[in-house]
Amino acid sequence: MKIAVCIKQVPDTANVKLDPETHTLKREGVESIVNPFDLFALEAALRIREQAGGEIVAITMGPPQAEAVIKEAIGYGVDEGLLLSDRAFAGADTWATTAALAKAIEGLGGVDLVVCGKQAVDGDTAQVGPGIAQRLGLPHVAFVKGFREIENRRLVVERQMDDGFDVVEMPLPGLITVVREVGEPRPPSLKGKMRAKKYAIPMKDAAQLGLEAGQVGLAGSFTQVVKVFAPSHGGERHRLEGPPEQTGAQVIDALVDNQVIMLGS
Amino acid sequence: MGVIIDKELCTGCGQCLDSCPFEALELEGDFAQVNDSCTLCGACAEACPEEAITVPEVERAQDGRAAQAKGVWVFAEQRGGQMPEVVAELLGQGRRLARELDVEVGAVLLGHGLDGMAGELFALGADVVYLADDPRLAEFNDDIYCTVLARLIAEHRPEVFLAGATSLGRSLIPRVATAAATGLTADCTGLAIDPDKRLLLQTRPAFGGNIMATIICPDARPQMATVRPRVMKRGGRQDGRQGRLVAVSLTPEDRAATQVLEVVQALDEQVNLTGAEVVVTGGRGLGGPEGFDLVRQLATALGGVVGATRGAVDSEWIGHAHQVGQTGRTVAPKLYIALGVSGAVQHLVGMQGSDNIVAVNNDPNAPIFDVAHYGIVGDLFEVAPAMLNRLKTLRGQG
Ligand SMILES: Cc1cc2nc3c(=O)[nH]c(=O)nc-3n(C[C@H](O)[C@H](O)[C@H](O)COP(=O)(O)OP(=O)(O)OC[C@H]3O[C@@H](n4cnc5c(N)ncnc54)[C@H](O)[C@@H]3O)c2cc1C
Repeated sequence: MKIAVCIKQVPDTANVKLDPETHTLKREGVESIVNPFDLFALEAALRIREQAGGEIVAITMGPPQAEAVIKEAIGYGVDEGLLLSDRAFAGADTWATTAALAKAIEGLGGVDLVVCGKQAVDGDTAQVGPGIAQRLGLPHVAFVKGFREIENRRLVVERQMDDGFDVVEMPLPGLITVVREVGEPRPPSLKGKMRAKKYAIPMKDAAQLGLEAGQVGLAGSFTQVVKVFAPSHGGERHRLEGPPEQTGAQVIDALVDNQVIMLGS
Repeated sequence: MGVIIDKELCTGCGQCLDSCPFEALELEGDFAQVNDSCTLCGACAEACPEEAITVPEVERAQDGRAAQAKGVWVFAEQRGGQMPEVVAELLGQGRRLARELDVEVGAVLLGHGLDGMAGELFALGADVVYLADDPRLAEFNDDIYCTVLARLIAEHRPEVFLAGATSLGRSLIPRVATAAATGLTADCTGLAIDPDKRLLLQTRPAFGGNIMATIICPDARPQMATVRPRVMKRGGRQDGRQGRLVAVSLTPEDRAATQVLEVVQALDEQVNLTGAEVVVTGGRGLGGPEGFDLVRQLATALGGVVGATRGAVDSEWIGHAHQVGQTGRTVAPKLYIALGVSGAVQHLVGMQGSDNIVAVNNDPNAPIFDVAHYGIVGDLFEVAPAMLNRLKTLRGQG
């Protein structure tokens, strides 16, 4: 089975701190990491390869330094990597992003399965996976949390829903996005890390993907950010200090007075 | 590509560096410089006191769709004949937007055997209901649902299309937006109309909630957004309200490639966090799994459900279904009580929309206090029992 995994480099938001005064980001020294959900995608792909055989190609779109996530993927044991990089990609929304990723997957030829993480932690949109599927005319199942059957021409997966889960059969080729329940990522192997050091990462720019400047990046995007601002935490603030019997009672009284808590029930 | 910095005007004050969410600006000598990380978001342009920064205008394809599109549509998601609460919230919001645009509200309902549901949508504010009732739509399959929705959009050209940011919506709607070749903004928490340009101003948290962004879709139509559940107010219900019912039929070729073999309801596993009016959340400050007993007691006394931080979940004190935050559930209850929760940004994004936030923490500098309406500095093992006692007294049970 030929599997493509789409991964993204994101800032490590765990270490992003808010400046309490200005409510802006303090990002000094924040490292870039593989989007945490994409590690589950890599793990899922590795498990599928173990069962069905075949090869895995990890694809990322990003600035030149995004090659670090391809190296990491090689370390985990994927077979090949591909970096999509071009200054014209800057400012891409999900529409322009899926344009590039779909072309890259097409260019690999004969991909049976595309695996994406459920969403990226910087944008949080969860839109790229389904968008790629539509562009490639493939069926998709999003938020996959487990596998029931893995065969060369079909998958049976568990799809997480708000009220439980569905068991869904999908013929291949197809696309899935995965959530953490598919399994914790294994540690990178020593052999993989050695290979990653020497691995020369293939790279493609917009022209090599057969895309024109107007189809990628900000110019190829439908949406446009018009304003960025710090979240406001509205409402009055009260700080209660003192003996616990007192503060505990005070807060309940205030909530009752404001009809947040109804006593009558 | 990056923002344009006018060296004549730039004084090297560095304010743009602080405003940039992407670390795309650096000081070089006496000037600000832009690097490859620039996403052209424009935060720096707003922050610059000298007006030295401009966002380059890019040529976008204009296809005249904006001029022809009309109407606000809402996707009336249903599973097994049950509509999630968010559909009522979308219709409430849709009515408000439609009034400003002076257009009708359409609701799109897909499924099989949905008798009576159209009437419910009229009562909730729809003027028109597009109903596709077909055995092939009985179960949710992205591809066939997408085909039907994209066809309806092409035929009727709504200018706005809203759906809930539920699991189903977040899987299906990106596919529909791609099929309709238009923009989509995920997980919005605020929607407004720019009346001059008839643009939908879509506001959402980005970067794990560290910043808010307002996004528009200037040319393509419809302007599509998924909306976070429990953030918008539901509209009023008007029993007996009438509307137009448009029956939509499928073509013989329409079929789903995927097939749902089984639907497993697992509400207890999922915990109804999203729908709860009161959420009491425990963090690592609880010290161990037994700490959740206190959380449960308080939740029960308030008729609420139990939430948890990732810290508590990773320590295996409670199941992941309880997790609130970026990698858990988003909640916006009337009352949110956080016990022993530090308030990491990934947690805050999942709860900062709550109407009333109470935090108990023994560290006066814990970031949770930045968002708390009532911040109690103290030991949760003393404060929470005092809250329980007070409740009992007031209810005449003490
Ligand atoms: C990609 C990513 C996604 C994440 N997603 C989420 C998410 O969805 N949800 C989430 O919650 N986290 C998430 N996190 C983790 C997050 O960064 C924090 O690590 C986590 O929220 C901390 O949990 P906590 O507040 O329980 O623990 P801590 O940060 O350890 O805080 C415990 C608090 O309890 C207080 N305390 C201790 N004893 C007492 C006492 N006796 N009385 C009163 N107060 C006491 C302490 O002062 C402290 O403030 C994510 C992280 C990453 C990297």
